[in-house]
Amino acid sequence: MKLYHITNNTAAAVAIADIPVVDYVELYNDLKERMKDGNYHVAHYFATEISEGLKFYIILLNDANGEVLISSFVPDYYAEGLASLTALHPQFHPFEREIHELYGVPFDSHPWLKPLRFSHDRRNKNSSMDTYPFYTIEGDELHEVNVGPIHAGIIEPGAFRFICSGEQVLHLEIALGYQHRGVEGEMLRENNSLRRVVISESVAGDTAVGHATAYAELIEKLGDKRVDEDLYLERMIGLELERMAMHIADTGALATDIGFQLYQVACEALRTVTINTTQAWCGNRFGKSLIRPFGTNHPLTAAKCELIRKNVADVRRRYAELRRDMLEDPTLLARFEQCGLVPHVEMQRIGGVGQAARASALCRDIRKSHPSGYYATKLSHEPITKQDGDVMSRLMMRLDEVWQSADYILRTLESYQPKGELSAPDYFAPLHADSLSFSLVEGWRGEICHVALTDDKGQIAKYKIKDPSLHNWLGLAIAVRSEGISDFPINNKSFNLSYCGHDL
Amino acid sequence: MIFGKAKILRSHGWQYIPDLYSVTLTEEFRGFPLLSDTEDKSDIERAAAICPTKAITTEPLTLDMGRCLFCGECAKCAPRNIRFTNEHRLAATRREDLVVKVGDPAPKFDMSVVRPEISKYFGRALQLREVSAGGDASIEMELGATGNVNFDFGRYGVGFTASPRHADGLVLTGPISQNMAEALDICYNSIAEPKVLIVCGSEAISGGLYADSPAVDRSFLDKYHVDLWLPGAPTHPLCFIEGVTKLRSTKK
Ligand code: SF4
Repeated sequence: MKLYHITNNTAAAVAIADIPVVDYVELYNDLKERMKDGNYHVAHYFATEISEGLKFYIILLNDANGEVLISSFVPDYYAEGLASLTALHPQFHPFEREIHELYGVPFDSHPWLKPLRFSHDRRNKNSSMDTYPFYTIEGDELHEVNVGPIHAGIIEPGAFRFICSGEQVLHLEIALGYQHRGVEGEMLRENNSLRRVVISESVAGDTAVGHATAYAELIEKLGDKRVDEDLYLERMIGLELERMAMHIADTGALATDIGFQLYQVACEALRTVTINTTQAWCGNRFGKSLIRPFGTNHPLTAAKCELIRKNVADVRRRYAELRRDMLEDPTLLARFEQCGLVPHVEMQRIGGVGQAARASALCRDIRKSHPSGYYATKLSHEPITKQDGDVMSRLMMRLDEVWQSADYILRTLESYQPKGELSAPDYFAPLHADSLSFSLVEGWRGEICHVALTDDKGQIAKYKIKDPSLHNWLGLAIAVRSEGISDFPINNKSFNLSYCGHDL
Repeated sequence: MIFGKAKILRSHGWQYIPDLYSVTLTEEFRGFPLLSDTEDKSDIERAAAICPTKAITTEPLTLDMGRCLFCGECAKCAPRNIRFTNEHRLAATRREDLVVKVGDPAPKFDMSVVRPEISKYFGRALQLREVSAGGDASIEMELGATGNVNFDFGRYGVGFTASPRHADGLVLTGPISQNMAEALDICYNSIAEPKVLIVCGSEAISGGLYADSPAVDRSFLDKYHVDLWLPGAPTHPLCFIEGVTKLRSTKK
């Protein structure tokens, strides 16, 4: 029996009828073996309510050949429960936990079936932020350190519980959900495509361009309109500018946490130039309003191209000076090298994505494995990877990717002749009925995946969002094991994960 | 090594903005909206219908900056009626002053409702505790930026502090997720009197896109007096700086 419908990231939306509805046991047995192959990882796995109960969809990616595998099943889960995949492949943990939290589906032998984000529509209303079942270890020499939900800096809330022996961290557990705003529900509240793209921009405000691009591509796959090639190019520039700005911000944040003021202020200045460039393009420093489905309100002009070119070249030059000096600084290297190790195998097991995965020599990059838009047609992207999986590697990823992104922007703008006008956004385009559409975008943190199901009238009936942080939070918890607790801040900054993107 | 550092210093030169109050932002920036009426209401009706946060009323034409996310779409639908200027100084002391009416030339900052003890106690130093309750991280980054090398608001004695016990006031961001409501309340009540409450960003002011979401709980704002409202998605650092400066000024 066919288990999967096979498609890719540039094809049109899939008719739901084409997705095989399989027996869970067969799928389980297949995944058990298949996921041992490091080329596969799970991009999304969710349940949706149908008249007979729940229907589950699972989306797998094959990084080697660009295939996207989609399967579904309608189990009789109340009778027997579902055998947990997490027990074999920990990368399934957030997905199974979400399904359990929302619908009460039992997963047999799931090792960690804890609430994921305390959704307002969770099944068990008795479970709340205050009753999160933290892991504990007994012992006279151990103590617990509780941090959060409100942290010392101006950042989002989340609760961290450390179990320490002296200064050494034995275990860190991260409880999230404080930022839960009901994003996926709000996507359906009104049939207003502008509202949806603006909500996408707020999924994680530091990834506004990434999530808005994911929404736009998803909708475009559901429509019949052709999209201008130039629009893809301009979106690529938006995405790479965002990547530059955030990588520079993180470089500065890492410098701050080891008390290196010169690098910190230099990065603050460089980030300002970068986001002000985005602001001069579209009016918002975070690129909100830049990406819209089927068109744009902010087409590039010759003058804007020139401004972007000039600023990006300047940032690249100044950042390169910084990079050279950082790599020679013994005090910096002493703090970052061999700190917060996440070995390749661990990264693979937890399904890590994005630059954090690439820092552990796990080459996951949608721009390479499942490219769409400009990345698919014009730009052959070669991902940067590092071997060690420590804080230094994660810093090096930034140091190198800023250079690479700047290079893509400069090379592209060299030959680009903007028309100065592109089609206006279309918020009313009819969408294919009874379809599943997904999009995959490499945001600066990693793989963003949006999935929508349409009903028989072509209205969006279900919308699922995955921020790369969903995979990577566990990576942070692993990184700090056996480190001194005072090294937590640099580890945290080296991942810089999103709370709101996780909590939705 | 030392040469490398000298080079970085030279390349960057002076970064701070000498006068934070006379900056004009890029033409593209969407700040204070100018509204004008037309006989034909069809454009305004289209704009009001598409607005993602229902910030626009048609009869009479108003635009509520406390709801607006400055996406600019309404100005595309109704260019004769709505035009966004690049005026970033949007702070208000009363919630209703954020509602812009036809012909309003500039944002209203009503000094008369500012409590006199604010300038008395905080005129020279003001330390704030920021609480994000569903904020989307862009606004938190902008607040962080107010203290950076460019804006350097710290030069006027304004900064952010970790402990509410050390703080003179609270800056709220985000639509107030249910799961954060209690922590926010505890934090606010841990700050000693007298204290200020600043609500930063359209999401915090009105709930924004999440105003009707069952996952938010906005009762905090019914309970406490707000001293300063700062619209924006996110609020521009200069909007924050200008608003807080006015709030602390002694000129009435
Ligand atoms: S700019 Fe503001 S008022 Fe206009 S459509 Fe966008 S959110 Fe609504």
